[in-house]
Formats: sequence, structure tokens, C-alpha cells
Amino acid sequence: MEKLKYERPVIKKLITGFTNKFGSQSKNEAVTHIESVNVNELIGKYGSPLFVLSERQIRRNYQNATRIFRTRYPKVQFAWSYKTNYLNAVCRVFHQEGSWAEVVSGFEYDKAIANGVPGNKIIFNGPDKKDEELIRAARNNSLIHIDHFDELYTLIKLSDEYQLKPLVAIRVNMDTGIYPKWDRFGFNFENGQAWNAITRILNSENLNLVGLHCHIGTFMLTTSAYAIAANKLCELAWSLKVKHNKTIQYLDLGGGFPSTNTLKGSYLPGTDTVPSIDQFADAITDVILNYGFKQEDLPLLILETGRALIDDAGYLLGTVLANKRLSDGRRATILDFGVNSLFTSFWYEHKVSPAQESGQHTEETILYGPLCMNIDVIRENITLPLLQKGDRLVVHKVGAYNMTQWMQFITLRPNVVMIDKDNNTHVIRNAETREYIESAELIPPHLTNA
Amino acid sequence: MKFNGKQKLVIAVTGLNAIDSPGPGVAVIRAIRECPDFDVRIIGLSYEALEPGIYMHDIVDKTYQIPYPSAGIEPLLDRIRDIHERENIDLVIPNFDAELFNFIKIGPQLRNLGIHSFLPDLEQFEARHKMELYEFGKKHGMLVPADRLIYHSSDLAKAAEELQYPLVVKGKYYDATIAYTSEQAQKAFNQLKSKWGLPIIVQEFINGIEINIAALGDGEGNTISVVPMRKLYITDKGKAWAGITIDDSSYTNLARKFIKATKWRGGCELEVMQTKDGKPYIMEVNPRFPAWIYLTAAAGQNQPASLVKMAMGEKVEPFTTYSVGKIFIRYSWDLITDVSEFQIISGTGEL
Amino acid sequence: MRLKKNIATSEAGFIFNPGTGDSYSSNPIGSEILSHLKEDIDRKELIDLICSKYDVDRIQFEKDIDDFISQLTDNNLLDD
Repeated sequence: MEKLKYERPVIKKLITGFTNKFGSQSKNEAVTHIESVNVNELIGKYGSPLFVLSERQIRRNYQNATRIFRTRYPKVQFAWSYKTNYLNAVCRVFHQEGSWAEVVSGFEYDKAIANGVPGNKIIFNGPDKKDEELIRAARNNSLIHIDHFDELYTLIKLSDEYQLKPLVAIRVNMDTGIYPKWDRFGFNFENGQAWNAITRILNSENLNLVGLHCHIGTFMLTTSAYAIAANKLCELAWSLKVKHNKTIQYLDLGGGFPSTNTLKGSYLPGTDTVPSIDQFADAITDVILNYGFKQEDLPLLILETGRALIDDAGYLLGTVLANKRLSDGRRATILDFGVNSLFTSFWYEHKVSPAQESGQHTEETILYGPLCMNIDVIRENITLPLLQKGDRLVVHKVGAYNMTQWMQFITLRPNVVMIDKDNNTHVIRNAETREYIESAELIPPHLTNA
Repeated sequence: MKFNGKQKLVIAVTGLNAIDSPGPGVAVIRAIRECPDFDVRIIGLSYEALEPGIYMHDIVDKTYQIPYPSAGIEPLLDRIRDIHERENIDLVIPNFDAELFNFIKIGPQLRNLGIHSFLPDLEQFEARHKMELYEFGKKHGMLVPADRLIYHSSDLAKAAEELQYPLVVKGKYYDATIAYTSEQAQKAFNQLKSKWGLPIIVQEFINGIEINIAALGDGEGNTISVVPMRKLYITDKGKAWAGITIDDSSYTNLARKFIKATKWRGGCELEVMQTKDGKPYIMEVNPRFPAWIYLTAAAGQNQPASLVKMAMGEKVEPFTTYSVGKIFIRYSWDLITDVSEFQIISGTGEL
Repeated sequence: MRLKKNIATSEAGFIFNPGTGDSYSSNPIGSEILSHLKEDIDRKELIDLICSKYDVDRIQFEKDIDDFISQLTDNNLLDD
């Protein structure tokens, strides 16, 4: 006789005032494939856990965003925010699509150059630019976004010493009605600091002011803040034209568009509440188009969108290591990936799907990572089908910041693969080995025999 | 659509929690059932297994559990689609603040399924949110207590200087306390911050008589009905225990002004404070019928029934009069059921 | 091992403990196990029974049944 399909026996107390059966999460539909590639086969071939990126989704996101902006505004340029995900394969997809590079350190700058980005298509942001990095960026005609007066004077001095003609913009911080105000970066608009910096640049012999930059925050949920920011940058550009007959070449509105992940503590899911790129584009382009610039003087609009272009192209696949029952009766599930790999679980309530079909019954569980650390929690509370040891899970929307902010801690970082548009998979970063981690270590002679 | 003769409408209603701080659902159904112009089958939509309306079988014909608002749009839409297949719903009337965002968002999809609703749009819905209300009042010439959003406890002193003690210190979503001193304000700030997060809202304290106004807008700027009620007695949670309809054109005019300015579509409740010198301040706007909505029917302006008609496409003429001096007194009643009913609703999600 | 005498179970998988007023629901296999537990049955018998009927690894089921039994015990549903 053929045996019946087994499901773990469960008993659930019918508690009044708690989640009902139609409860707390969207349907637990199994996600068996990423694009057209089977999850189990991916894990079989590349191990578990495993980061997976969809090249097709990256390109879709990029093309969608550029279409949205370009149908509203004549001159638009995206610059890939390296810190969001600087795996070279990812950067190259963006560059192939036509994206410039936006970098915030010498390390990222070198990566962009090595990825074949021409110097004049690299935007160099951030408060930390060393002298030699500034010199190189200036010689390459990169766009140097000045963050503070010390940097401004350093650049003036270096330009004299090395006969440089750097192309510069200033980063402007401002009150856009949101909290927290990111006033630690750049020059303040309201107190006149930004205008002072502009004047100082205009009075310098060698610096060429080509743009104005701002970056008002991260994971912004209000589009009006961008309208305010665009308006303030336009005001500076307008004053430059009126007072100094100087036409600014570009306005860089920075990044900050959210993905549809759900932030911890929000009541409603991000998929329902996050404004769309169309809404951000409307807010920004309406202001610039209606500000009063002559058609030929309209500045190039640069966007440094990171998260919104990559988050939903990334998945983390993993495996259930064990089920547990905590002292208070709650169920806990231990997975083979933790906050070391999935750094963003500190911020988001990531959507997690089972990778295999399961029965209708569900239970609430805590998802723990494998680290021997109390903070290693992936989800505080999630409703999932009854999982067994060895079952696979898929975490969604992990493409942004994880593959740059992950930690080599306790264990090694896993393989990262990219699925190309023909559904071929390519390893784009090898799983780490002990030898790799230790290759930078040295042992003093007196410890060699220890 | 005209209601020629009697027609059976299937109406889904939420807010069946007729408990000590009641949801409006049961009162809405009672008003609808009293309307002689149509027959109804009422489908209850519940979140929890012990909402009394589920077990009131002469009020609610059949109840289905629906996902919590925090689950988002998709699960809600899926669930309503399932219910619709079985019940053929004509109209849905959501009655909870927390679920309205979702119901407004799925309005077009519901319409495609053939399910009507009669709700404000998102812009109207957001404008009356308590963090936006002051700006709204300023724009439309309505009195709203001044407020400040506070992110740092150090900003409390500045706000206090501008607004003067006593102050009302409010959480982002719920809870409010009156602070008479900076120490009390500080304490309230810390408590609310840990409970609801930032910002904290600090509001000018307005002293006076509390009036609640139930109003119904047609979405074009016209007020179909407005009934003001003065609370006669309140529970320890500040909810009306008894209230009386009153006649004062300053309230009806205020509600008309609000509906005209927002082009409000559907029911709403204005919570108003009348100061000693006779100024009506809008303290809060609830974007749905209040729990005491049956009083409007009793006073001759059946707001839920009018909403049903408008939702189904009928033109409704504005009411002109209502009975003044109608009193509601809320009372509780122990409904008896059996554990089997509780098991069925909590285990299968329907009863 | 035996379910307390006064515990009421229904075919739909509901369990009612009249001693406490608590209600529970279980999945079909949970209900099946509960029905076996109405008669005194020892752990091994129960495991044999289920493993012969369902497609499950014996060790896996041992872990699951122990967890299930501990849930029943925690909720005071079994005779001491």
C-alpha cells in the first residue's frame, strides 16, 4: 500500500484576540524557481546559503527607471551607487545599460576605473577623499562633489601645486521637512554656507563649478521632500545665472528612493505604501521644468538611485538546520544564514517564502541564524508552513547593501551567482575559504611554533 | 440605479466589535436594516473570533474572517475575492481607521469584481490625518489646535513656549495625555516615544464642550446629512455612553465646510471642542461612521442607508431636518453562544 | 499515554478542554494521533502506527511526536 503524504502533527490553541487563520502574511506560496532556474538545483550546485541575482530584473529596473524619468524630462543620467552593490558583475550590467558610476571612496573609485568607466563618468562623493585620490580624479576629469570647506581648500591648493582644472560640484544639505536631517554631509542651504562655498569656488582660479548635488536621506517615503530639494537646488542654480551669469550643467538629486521592502515597525507592508518611481519623478521634474530655466539652459538631471534598482533583483536561498521549541512554547527555526550574510534583516521584515510545496497548515515561528550570538535573528515572528530540517527557503529583495555590508564573522561568506537573461547561471563571487580570509594575515616569528 | 420595488443587496460590513469601546459595524447594519427601500443580506467581515456581531445572527447573516490590515492589500483582495465568489457582494462598508488605507487602495479592483464602495480618496484620507490636520485647517479657514511635531525631548521647551501649558502630548497613532508642567510633558514624551515611536505631537490644549458630528458627503462637495451630538456621559475611556442630538448651526455649518473643502466621499465624524467664547475647534476627523451612527437614523437622517444608495449609484437629496433631543444610551447585553460556534469561526474562518 | 477523559475532540480537528475552557485546533494528522490517544497507547505503538501509514522517516517522526506530546502535556491535555 502506498503511504500517505506526511505532515508534522500540530496543535494550536485558539487564542482570542490573536492572529486568525487568514492572518498575518500574504499566502505562503512556494517559490521553487528564481527566473526559470530551480532553487533546489541552484543549492545543489552552488551550496547553501546562496545569494542569487537576476540580471534580467536589474536591466528591467534600470530601463523602467530611465524610461520614467526620460518621458518627463529631456536630459537624465543615472549613476550607479557603488556602495549599494559593488560586485563587478553587477556594476558592469549597469554600465552596459548606460549608467555612470557614483563612488564614495578611493577603493570604489578604483573599482569603477577597473570596470572600464571613463573618468568623466565617475561621480566622486563622500567626506573622505585623500590628496592623491583628488589629484587622480581631477586629472581624469571626474566630477568631484565637495563635502566640506577643508576639502574645498585642499582642492584649491592641490590645483595650484599640480596645475589641475578639477570639475566640481558641491553637496548641499537642506531642510526638506523630513527627519532626520542629513546635515552632516555637504554645505547647508538655509544658513548660506552653500552659497559661500559656491562663491569661493567661483573666485578660485582653477576649480570649475559644473554641478550641484544633494542627497536628502535614505529609504524616503515622501515624494514632497524631493520637490523641496529640487526647488532649493534650482534656486542656487538660478542665483548663479542671475548674479554670476554662470549656467550650471547638472543637478544631482542623489539617491534615497526606497525599495518595496517593509521597514521594521511599519504597520503596513512596503509593497502597498512605498511611493513609486513615477511619483518621485513627477515631484522632481515638475519643479525643475517649471522653475523658469530656458529650454537650452535646463540642467542635466543626475540620479544616484541604488536600492530601488537592485533590491528586488537579489535573493538569498537557505536551508532549515533545525526546529526548536523555546521555553515559553514558541516555535523557533534555525537557518544556515544569519545577520552576517543578511545584514538588512536589522532594518527590514524580509519576505521569506518556502521553496517547496507544503500543506495548508502554518505556524508562527522565529527565524534564527546559525551564529552563536543572541542578536542573530532574521525574523522576530513570521507565519510559515510547517518546516522540516533540510527544507529550503527563499528570502526576497536582498540585492541592496547585503553584498557590501555583509560581515565575515564566525563563518564564511557564500557563493553569489547571477542568472543571465538566457537563464544561465554564473558564479560572480566565490564562496570564501579559510585560505582567502587568512591570506592577509601574518604571524610574528615568535608565534610560528605555537 | 433606482430602487424600484424591493431588491436584495448583499452588503459586507466590518467593525463587528460591539464591545465596551465599540466599532461602528453593528450600528451601521442596524440602520441599514431599518431602511424600507431595500432588502439586505449582511456579510460580516471580522478580524477576531470574539467580535460580538459574528454571533448576532439576526444582525449578521454570515461572517468571514479577513486578514489583518498589516498583512497588506494582496491577502485582503484574495480573501474578498473568495468570499465574493460565494456571496456575490454588492457593496462593502469598512468601518475601522486602520483598514481604510487598504480598502481605498483596492477600490478599483473591487469595482472590477462588481463590488461597490463609497470611500474618500487617499488624498482626502491623508489630509485629515492628525499630523496634517493643522495645515489643513489653516488652508481652509477652520480652527484646529496648533501643534508641533517633536523629535527630540529638547524641542519640548520651545514648543511649550509657543503653545503654552497645559499641552496635550499625543502619540503618533494613539494615546494622549494633558501635561501641565515641563516634567509631565517630559514624562509623557518618553512614554509615548517608547510606545509609538517618533514623532510625538504636542498640541495646544483647548478647553470646552465636546461635540461630535456625524456627516455624510457625496464626493462632489455636497453634504447629504449632518447630525451633531453632544455627549451626555462618557466611559472611563472617553467614549460616549449617552448622547443627545442638538440644534446649532455653527456645527452643521462647520461640517458642511469640511465636506465642501475636501469633497469628502462617505461618512465621517468630526470631533469638535466648543470653547467658552463659542469657537468650534476641530480636534480630530475620523474617516468613517462613528459607533453612535444609529442615532442619525433615529433622528431621521439614516446616514448608512443613504450611503448604500449613493454607493449603488442612486442620487440622494440632502436631508434638511432631523429630530433634536433624540438620546442614545449605550447598554451592554450578554449574548449566549456555545464553544462550537467559537471553534468554527476561529478554526475555519467563517460562521 | 492517554488523553484526559473529559477532553472533547471533533472530526473537524477541534479540541475542547472543559476543565479550563480552552479550545484548540489541529491538523488532520494531529487529530488522528489524538484519536489514538483516547485509548491508552504507548509511544512505540503510536510511532509504529503512524510510520506504517505515512511516508515519514522514523527518526523524523520521533522528533515530531515528542514535540507534539510535549505540547499536549504543556497544555494539560494528557493524564498524568
